[in-house]
Amino acid sequence: MKAVIDILDLSKDEILELIDTAQDIIRDPDKYAHACDRKKLATLFFEPSTRTRMSFEAAMYELGGHVISMSSAGSSSAAKGESVADTAKTVSCYADIIAMRHPKEGAAYVAAMNASVPVINAGDGGHCHPTQTMADLLTIYREKGRFDHLTIGVCGDLKFGRTVHSLVGAMSRYEGNRFILISPEELKLPSYVKQEVLKARNIPYEQTTDLEKALPKLDILYMTRVQRERFFNEEDYLRLKDSYILTTEKMKLAPENMIVMHPLPRVNEISVAVDNDPRAAYFKQVLNGKYMRMALILKLLGIKP
Amino acid sequence: MNIDSIQNGIVIDHITAGKGLRIYSLLGLDQTDVSVAMIRNVHSSKMGKKDIIKIDADMDVNLDVIGYVDPGATVNIIRNGVLSEKRSIPAPEFLKGVIRCKNPRCITSTEQELPHVFRRWGNIYRCVYCETKAE
Repeated sequence: MKAVIDILDLSKDEILELIDTAQDIIRDPDKYAHACDRKKLATLFFEPSTRTRMSFEAAMYELGGHVISMSSAGSSSAAKGESVADTAKTVSCYADIIAMRHPKEGAAYVAAMNASVPVINAGDGGHCHPTQTMADLLTIYREKGRFDHLTIGVCGDLKFGRTVHSLVGAMSRYEGNRFILISPEELKLPSYVKQEVLKARNIPYEQTTDLEKALPKLDILYMTRVQRERFFNEEDYLRLKDSYILTTEKMKLAPENMIVMHPLPRVNEISVAVDNDPRAAYFKQVLNGKYMRMALILKLLGIKP
Repeated sequence: MNIDSIQNGIVIDHITAGKGLRIYSLLGLDQTDVSVAMIRNVHSSKMGKKDIIKIDADMDVNLDVIGYVDPGATVNIIRNGVLSEKRSIPAPEFLKGVIRCKNPRCITSTEQELPHVFRRWGNIYRCVYCETKAE
């Protein structure tokens, strides 16, 4: 394996292998503290990111490796007009592995085609963000103990939310799962995802605009932010941004063993008071993301401590 | 309607009626100075109606275009006035440099040197970079 561009690049067995590694790292971090000695991760972030970038950097440091990066896209040779292909070829000479975020869809694929070292897609516009989905999967596995026979509610921006598309794709591969798609009319899950993923695999789903009605049925509630950067029109963003706000009042409608997930950052779609609810799993997701990134770096570098 | 038979060239036959012009355009036949006949709505005992393109020149034709627009159309190569080869063209796995990705968020929209490549998923083609469906 040379690159992970889409979560579906990983088979179910590979996902389980990564989860095993991540859980082993959690159990015995010292065993991995020097696994990547003398190895270098290049983080190429062509658009702003806090948590993904820091998560990759923390992951590499905890494996004993080093991180090299550019301070911002504006200061890189990309600003001088260098192509993604040339950047990938060049950085391959410096680093053992690349994590790249880029605003354009397909940029990570171009990098992977041209780099001589493994490339991890750390987000390519509205297209894919596989390591976020890996964090989601480890969270589901640790909190629910399984990937099958779950009712998963996804709520908010289902149109532009790449994490939603990836999660729906990834969880559709397991038996007995069903989805409740909760969004305003304008931000419904794109028809191609429904057609090519849910209908093609006979996955039951329902669409609703009513979060309160859906809550009692859920094993997992995956909240998302309405992302300003995905809108061409500011008016549409302002009209839709507060469509759903999860409060402690609404949480009373949810089953006791439901978990609340969110890819973060949140704006106001989950009120801060919900953080104290034991069902809130979104900060665990952040930590799980680091462990899964550690597992993925090890796998792509072919290192088994 | 009579159209002269050709001595050396290509006849694209069994084109679904209405798709001939798309093949004509994507093959760039409107840009060439060779003799080309684009015949529409020809009676066909098998298809009812069909389109036919006759190219009166021994030129390279991108067969992927034909397989993309109308898989099942046939290509007949004519040499010295006789049929030397007949092929049915299947839908290609990849389509390179034929159509362009229209997604403004696709990497091909800013990196002009990248070839526009589409991959077949069942009956549809998607951009290999951003997975946007070909129009």
